[in-house]
Formats: sequence, C-alpha cells, structure tokens
Amino acid sequence: MKKWTRRAFIGTGILASGALVIGVAIRPGNRSSKVAGLIAEEGETVMNIWLKISPDNTVTVIIPHAEMGQGVHTTLAMMLADELDADWSKVKFMEAPADKEYANYVVAKGFIAGNKTFPKFLEETIDGVFLTAVKTMNFQITGGSASVRFTGQQGMRIAGAAAKAMLLQAAADTWKVPVEELKAEKSTISHTASNQTATYAELAPAAAKVKAPKQPKLKSRDEFTLMGTSPARLDIPAKVTGQAKFGMDVIVPNMKYASIKAAPVFGAKVKSVDTSIPSDSEGVLKVLNLENAVAVIAEGYWQAKSTLDRLAIKFESTENDGKSQEDIFNGYRLAMDKALEEESLSEHYQSGDAHSALSRAETVVEAEYQLPFLAHATMEPMNCTAWVHNGKCEIWCGSQNPLGVKAAVAELLDISLDQVTVHNQLLGGGFGRRSETDVIIQAVAIAKEVDFPVKLIWSREEDTQHDVYREATISRMKAGLDQSGNPVAYSHQFLFKHHPPEAADLPYAVPNQLIQFTSPSSFVPWGNWRSVDHSVHGFLTESFIDELAFAAKKDPLAFRKSLTQDKPRFQKVLDLIQEKSDWDSPLPANWGRGIAIAQSFGSIVAEVAEVEVNVEGKVKVHRVVCVADPGFAIHPDGFSAQMESGIIYGLAAAMTGEISIENGAVTQSNFHDYQVTRMNEAPKIETYIINSGNPPGGAGEPSTPVIAPAVTNAIFNATGVRIRRLPISKTDLRVSIRQTT
Amino acid sequence: MINLTINGKEYSVEAPAGMPLLWVIREQCELTGTKFGCGIAQCGACTVHVDGKPIRSCITPATSVEGKNITTIEGIAPDENTLHIVQQAWIEEQTPQCGYCQSGQIMSAVALLNENPAPSDEEIEQAMSGNICRCGMYGRIKSAIKRASAALQASTSNPQLQ
Ligand code: FES
Ligand code: FES
Repeated sequence: MKKWTRRAFIGTGILASGALVIGVAIRPGNRSSKVAGLIAEEGETVMNIWLKISPDNTVTVIIPHAEMGQGVHTTLAMMLADELDADWSKVKFMEAPADKEYANYVVAKGFIAGNKTFPKFLEETIDGVFLTAVKTMNFQITGGSASVRFTGQQGMRIAGAAAKAMLLQAAADTWKVPVEELKAEKSTISHTASNQTATYAELAPAAAKVKAPKQPKLKSRDEFTLMGTSPARLDIPAKVTGQAKFGMDVIVPNMKYASIKAAPVFGAKVKSVDTSIPSDSEGVLKVLNLENAVAVIAEGYWQAKSTLDRLAIKFESTENDGKSQEDIFNGYRLAMDKALEEESLSEHYQSGDAHSALSRAETVVEAEYQLPFLAHATMEPMNCTAWVHNGKCEIWCGSQNPLGVKAAVAELLDISLDQVTVHNQLLGGGFGRRSETDVIIQAVAIAKEVDFPVKLIWSREEDTQHDVYREATISRMKAGLDQSGNPVAYSHQFLFKHHPPEAADLPYAVPNQLIQFTSPSSFVPWGNWRSVDHSVHGFLTESFIDELAFAAKKDPLAFRKSLTQDKPRFQKVLDLIQEKSDWDSPLPANWGRGIAIAQSFGSIVAEVAEVEVNVEGKVKVHRVVCVADPGFAIHPDGFSAQMESGIIYGLAAAMTGEISIENGAVTQSNFHDYQVTRMNEAPKIETYIINSGNPPGGAGEPSTPVIAPAVTNAIFNATGVRIRRLPISKTDLRVSIRQTT
Repeated sequence: MINLTINGKEYSVEAPAGMPLLWVIREQCELTGTKFGCGIAQCGACTVHVDGKPIRSCITPATSVEGKNITTIEGIAPDENTLHIVQQAWIEEQTPQCGYCQSGQIMSAVALLNENPAPSDEEIEQAMSGNICRCGMYGRIKSAIKRASAALQASTSNPQLQ
C-alpha cells in the first residue's frame, strides 16, 4: 500500500494546463486532473478542491456539503476565505460535484474518532484507516452537525492557509523579496518597501509551481477577520425571489411526471393492479407495478396523482397487517422484560455497583418513559428526477448524501459509478430524511421503464406514511438518593442504540451506574431524525434528573449545577442561563419554568422554557431562553438561527408530534393530523452564545434534544403533573389546573 | 385551453378540468417559485395572490381564476433590479433557512401589509398561522414583517421615497 503522508492530505498537483491543484489527494494517487475538469472553466485556475481563483480575482469556494438551510455554504466559505485573506465581497461558492474526490475524509475522521486529537506519530496510521473507511462508506454526507467541525476545521481552513502560503511564496519569488516582508489582504499581496502589489489572480499561475507547505500555519483566534462575524448569508437573496432551485423545481427538457403509492403496510407487495391506461384519464403515459408500489407517469403531476388515486390496487397481506401502536409498545415491554430476565441486556456503561447502591438508598425514584415514532415532515416533499439513457443515469435531487445516491443508482442499474451523474439541488429541509436513497431508487426504477426524464413527486400523504422514522421507544429509569438528597445510584434500561454512541451517557456525577439496552425487532423503518439518539436521550435524562431534583427537594437548576462541578463548561452555561432566564424571579399562577441541558455534537446547550397552562389544559410556551457553548461560533447569527430552528423542530415533536400505527400502517397523513408548530404557537426565543475556546461544535442539531424536557419540566413546575409520555398533547392537563387553583 | 394572467403576462395553457392553479403555474408556466407543500391548504407554501388577495393555489382550480390578476413570488418586485420592501426586509433579518416555505410566507406577508400596513403582533400571528415553516423561522418572519411595516410607514410619510 502506498504510504499516506500529511503532504498527501494537502496534496498538490500540476495539471496538463499548468493549473495548480491543492488538497485534492484525499487518498493516495493523484486524480486531480479529473476533478479539475469537473469544476474549472476557461481561464480559471483550480487552486485546490476547495477553491479556485478566476481571472477577475473572484475566489470560488467549492463546498462538499449540501445546503439545507443551515447556512453551511457561507460558514465554510468564511473559514477558507479568512485563512486565505480573501476579499469577502468577491467570494463565491459552488457545491462540489458528487465525486469520490470529495468523499468526506475529514467527516469520516470526525465521526470515527469522535473528534479526538491524536498524538502526531499516530496520525499517519489513523489517516490510513480513515481512508479505507471513507472509501467503503462513500462519504459525502451532510449530517451529524459535522460540516464546520470537520470539513471546516480540517479541510477549509487548511486549504485556505495552504493556498495563501503558496501565493505569498510566488510573490516572493517573482519580486525577489523575503516572504516575511509580504502582506496578504483582500485577495492582494503587497510589498511596501518596493511598492509592489499583485492580485491573487495574477499570482495564481506562478503559485502553481510552488511546493505546497506540509503544514500551513493557521490563524489564531485573535487574527480572525471573518470567523466570528456574521456576514449576510450567500444563499439568502435567491430564496426571497423564488429563484432558488430545489429538487422539486428542476426542469429537464422533455421531462414527465410521476406519482407513486407504496403499500400502506411496510414491506407489503402489490397483489393486483390493472396497468392499462384508464380510458377516462388525461395525459397519462404509463401505469407501473413496481412490486411494492404503483406509479403513474403522466404529462403533469396532477394528472398522474389523480389517476393513481382512482386505481383499484390490492396489496398482499403480511404478518404485520393487524399490528397497532399498542401492540408495538407491548412488544417492546415484553422484550425488555425478557432481556432483563435472561440477563441479555447489552451494556452501555457501568461504574460501581448500581444494584446494591440502589438497595441501600434512602429514597428510590423510578419511572418509565414512552416516546412515539416521529416523521421528518421536511417542508419540501420527497422528490427526485431521473433520466436513464444510453447506459447512463442522471439524477437531480436535493440530497444530504449525493455520493450515496450515486452508489445506490449504480448498483440498482448495474452500471459503473462513472455512468451516474448526480446534480445536487437545494434541499427544502433535510433533518436526516434526505440522507436516505429510497426515493431515488424509486425514481430510477420508474425512469428505466421509459426513455425520457421523469420527475417523481411524493404527495404529502406518501411523505408522512413512508418516511423512515425516529423510533418509538420505552425506557426504564431508576435512581437512589441518600439522606441529603444526593444521587448514589442510577440505572437506565433503554431500547435501540444507533448513534452517536455517547447519547445515553449521564452527564451528571453519580457513582454506581448501570446503563443497558436491548434492540427488539421493529417492522417500522428507522431513520436519522435531527440529533438522532440525542433526541431520545435528551428527553429521558433531562426529565429524570428533574424528577430526582424534586425528590431531593432541590432547585432543578442548582441540582444540575451541583452534579456537574467537574464540567466547567456546563457550569458556565448554567450560570448564564440562570441569569438570562430570570430563573429566580416569580411567575404568575399556572405558569412554570423548566430547564434542560445536554451536550451533543460538541456543543453544550441549555434551554429554559416558560410555559402557561390554562384552565382548558392548553399549554402555551411563551418564551425559550437558550444558552449555547459551541466552542466558537464561526457565524454567530447563523448559529443563533440554527438554535431557533432546532428548538421549533423539537417543540413541534414534543407538543403534538406522533406517528402511530394502526393495522400495520401509519395513521397520520398530512399536516392536519401530523401537526407542527405554527407562528401563533411559537415562543419568543432568545439565544446567548458562549465562545469557550473549545473546538467548534455542531449547530444544526444540539438545540433539539433539550426543548422537550425543558417544556415538560416547566409543565411540572406549573401543574405538578410529570409528563412521561410524549407528545404532550396526549396528557389531559385540565384536572391538574383545577387542583392547583 | 385556459387563459391566465400571471404577473401581468398572458398564458394560454392546456389543462384538464379541475387541475389546481399550483400545477399550472409550476409545470405549464414554469414559474417554480410557488411551492407544493401539502396539497390540502394546510401549509401555505403555494400561496399566490388573485386580485391582490392571498389564496392557496393547491386547492384552487385553474379554471376558476381565468380573467383575474394572478401574482406569484416572481411578480411582486417593482422591477427587475428592485426588491419588494418585504423581500428586502427578509434579507435584512436573514429570515430564510432552507427557504422552501419562504415564497409562501412572503406572499402572505405582502397581502397582510397591503390590507393592514401596521399590524400588531396578534394580527401578524393571525395572518401568518396558515404558513408552516419547518425550519422554525417564525421569530425572524415576524421581525421581518415589522421591519417591512416600518419601512412602508417611512416611505408613505416621505413622498420622496415613493
Ligand atoms: S401546498 Fe397549498 S397549502 Fe400546502
Ligand atoms: S425556511 Fe425551511 S421551511 Fe421555512
């Protein structure tokens, strides 16, 4: 195997045209010219896979992540531009083509190593390991709040700094002056003593001949000029004029439309359907039996959809046909009982001896929690345009995982990867849903039956009933307190463990812990849902710790503080939220405050919810104060927007979010019965950021896990009712209000 | 054949009976700024104006708006180089996240401000609650409407700006 070196990571290469490529070799073997061909246009110099410089001195940053609203294009471009000392007013961005060269080596590294720093001498080996992992996984995904943490820190910044070093060297060589005397600013290099200046564009061809630095020097925080500021996001103007193009908006010449109906019960097959074109239909071109679904292709979506709705389709029965939500929960309880009895639970974490500490405890608190399935309900329903022609396939879609799309299509059609082109579009919401390839597979299965491009559009009903869901789950928690109310033991049995692996950890200093899990089978498809396992465990841990605080007769915020004394970042976040939320000030009758805090994806986020429960038992969340320590917020306004977004997303789930199963199928179908938060229900949100100096954490997900418990803890504070089953709307709070008033 | 006036332009299109305006706008007229979100008047993504009033184009048969003035997100700016005051406010508040709902939000906001140039918080909530934003940008949408409202007041009280 070829030796993997640090230089190979920065990677340089001179193309036939004499253009310079840096950072392309994210694996051994120089494939740079191919990449250059994908992105370079006449007269442009491809500086590296992350940037190119045009003759007019515009710097284009090439970004290997999808834009789904998190402002990642702007943030990543800022990280590169800052290190490059580029003129921000002349910085543009483009999304990387879905090609293996963009496989997210750095994302994989972050995922696998948990963003740990390793000793220098190990780095080569680890890089080699990751390399293999990346190749296997075909990584180019946008998820796990990873963009800034991994691509930004380890890719963009290094690329920018390397390019700057090469440009400086080129200027020094040309002008025959010491490189130390040069100044780079706003995409221009100047030498004061000899009164010479040149733009980056002018120097780029010479820089192409300079050897890339092995480890370019990165700026320290006090040298940042862009990072830590909030320039206007680059993607926003097109989003207020209707010009922004989402997957749904793609128009390909001669394109037709398809509507689809999958078997209502997951895994069922089509038993019968008449695939002849109904005589009374207009503009219908084809009716397709896809075995597990039926599709209609027509001149327009409406024609396809209305014809599909009128077809008499019969589905085969399956063993799940009779299953209800209660059956599922009962099955989970049985599975947990059985695993306990057989002592077959898997261990998540253990310290001390929880069993005996529990038996000696002064007070034992015990609770069972239950969470429902959740759908993603992205604003843009699933869709994909596919064109299969001449042994090739072209795909237009908004994907969090374009390389995964490419691999899935190549496999389905049994063609090579090179024959698949993915044109990634803007995503009308991702939240984990658009990292799947199910819709793409369907679109290709349809498109391969015809010789024109087809845009498959899912109805909202299809979107709701054939999602991949955040799992429904139950959890059993138990803790012991000593005479002074200090927790001395903690046991937690939960179901399903996906990722990140640390989600079920207890952040509190409790001796004698036993955390275990088991994974019963489920016929409801699972998928990554914003913040993944943290969305489950944030609620569990932060509800239960609140129960312990109450049992210990302690203030919930002070209780959390006393148990996180070994965590200075938690202490600071808790102190600030105590102040900003007016934690210690009184509230009117039937109002309550609740707090929750969690660390996820490298960021620590606390939220205090202020709620009112009225005489009808209706819950109104008036205000949410959010304090976050993301280490360093590269784009503070964008970070705040992400906090707001994650809070509303988690709030919708907490208040009314529930997908339930009846007769083996999802009962909800659209926004009238899968209700989401609207403006009149949205709280006022205040976000405060602590730049603690730690490595940058995620932004897109960490505010979601804590909103549900902040609200249910606030409801407890207002009414004395502890909500252990979500969504909140399932609990009748009228009685509690009558009791307290 | 049906004849529609969209953003002041005439379109003659072939559309089957009952076909909602949304699909005519998006597919036949290729104006893709108007979005499909739910198809049952629940989300507001498809909001357009018919004679200045906001309607849900996903449940409005195209034939029912023949001869009326239809305005979509592509048609609200005064000219090619100038944004509508509401669009401007949207940029200043950095309102969109994914942006998918925003055409509908802006169309609802423009209609609201045309009716009521200085809405209260409650009036804003009332008018905007039919528009879902799954990215949860309600706070910024509200601020942008207030900003636009203030800009509108300033421009009407200062004729030079008109
Ligand atoms: S698509 Fe018309 S209201 Fe949702
Ligand atoms: S900005 Fe994404 S749905 Fe509103």
